[in-house]
Amino acid sequence: MSNKPFYSSITKKIIMSLMGLFLITFLVVHLTLNSFLLFSNDLFNAGAHFMGTDPFIQAFQWVLFAGFAIHIFYGIVLQIQNWISRPKGYKRRAFMEQSPFSKYMIYTGLLIFIFLIIHLGNFFFVKMGWIGNGVPLTSNGEENMAELVRNLFQHGGYVAFYVIMFILMGFHLDHAFQSAFQTLGLNHKTYWGFIKGLSRAYAIVITIGFVIIPLFIYFKIV
Amino acid sequence: MNFKLKIWRQASPNDKGQFVDYEVHDISSDASFLEMIDILNDELVEKGEDPIAFDHDCREGICGMCSMFINGHPHGPEAATTTCQLHMRKFKDGETIVIEPWRARPFPVIKDLIVDRSAFDEIIRAGGFISVTTGGVPDANAIPIKKEVADLAMDAAACIGCGACVAACKNASAMLFVSAKVSQFALLPQGKVEAKDRVKSMVAKMDELGFGNCTNTYACEAECPKEISITNIARMNRQFIGAKLG
Repeated sequence: MSNKPFYSSITKKIIMSLMGLFLITFLVVHLTLNSFLLFSNDLFNAGAHFMGTDPFIQAFQWVLFAGFAIHIFYGIVLQIQNWISRPKGYKRRAFMEQSPFSKYMIYTGLLIFIFLIIHLGNFFFVKMGWIGNGVPLTSNGEENMAELVRNLFQHGGYVAFYVIMFILMGFHLDHAFQSAFQTLGLNHKTYWGFIKGLSRAYAIVITIGFVIIPLFIYFKIV
Repeated sequence: MNFKLKIWRQASPNDKGQFVDYEVHDISSDASFLEMIDILNDELVEKGEDPIAFDHDCREGICGMCSMFINGHPHGPEAATTTCQLHMRKFKDGETIVIEPWRARPFPVIKDLIVDRSAFDEIIRAGGFISVTTGGVPDANAIPIKKEVADLAMDAAACIGCGACVAACKNASAMLFVSAKVSQFALLPQGKVEAKDRVKSMVAKMDELGFGNCTNTYACEAECPKEISITNIARMNRQFIGAKLG
């Protein structure tokens, strides 16, 4: 069976990697805004207000959704084609993957997708007024997104779910970051070690950054 | 040394196939893996049974014919070694050894451990050559080539086309093989002339034959008996992007 549908194998991979790098950049912006919660509710609410009203951000969020959709679509297409390429597996197969989490990208990816839907349901859909009772208001009558977040992170089960999902996200990112550079042809012996190190550092910083916020709120540190 | 063997037996391409258990005794620790199979086959022939079909030719680690998946690794557990250069001293006495053919849709089993790797030949026919007229033999120093570049081209040319990269890859991707064949020409002046057409043709043929998509697991590099580098894959990706844009 040919592996040509939806462009050549390398073109599909290039699209995947470019969308992936776009989402990697987005996560840095998201974490920066989330980290405002560690300092003050007002600062976080101001950030959320800006993201929710700035015309450029409003337009750009559709580009972001498209980025997610393309990344997910091509991830699934590539995986199905890869399964088809080996109809019969081995009786005994050693763990040969040198980028260890590369073996589980489709599984971590699908779990992150489920988390994304739940995450949008918890915050974005509530803010848009599509579900729930809307965003709580401050004494000045403005939307209090910080309160919405803090209320949710009072539930131990949700915090545990959130933490586990971001650890899985970290595994996904550890492979994803450096893999995107390899796919784009940006692998040279003089700086490949740096890119791999940067990839792991990014995955660890993003995971710890996203995880400490709900933990700090749950344990009433902030 | 004594070994228990679980070997894939398949009478023909359409046969369902199954693992069959064998035992071999008094094998020299200095015997190669293929010699161990030879001894087993002699015993099978004496008993009037069908010997195990397997690919082999030079038995010097350079022809790329041997192709067994041994205990979970293509060419067995020793790094940078072909099956013919693998010795029985690398296994434990009494160990059970599982021997399977390469598994990939473009590499159908012909019989037992022999797979049809002519898909690689088709990829080479799609562009793995130089068709410019070279005329007479030029002076060796007429075209200066930097030593580092010549070394990279030579390293890529070390690929023996055995298919271990496809066998090792969880996606049955042929990217390491194709990238080595693209790189060995693309790095040198004579090969650069047709570099763009070559990479597009070879990648298109690779996709058409149904090899999987590379997901950068780097298992291919770890299992390659000739230690072909994944930087060749990055080079092929660069070449492909340049060819498509240019």
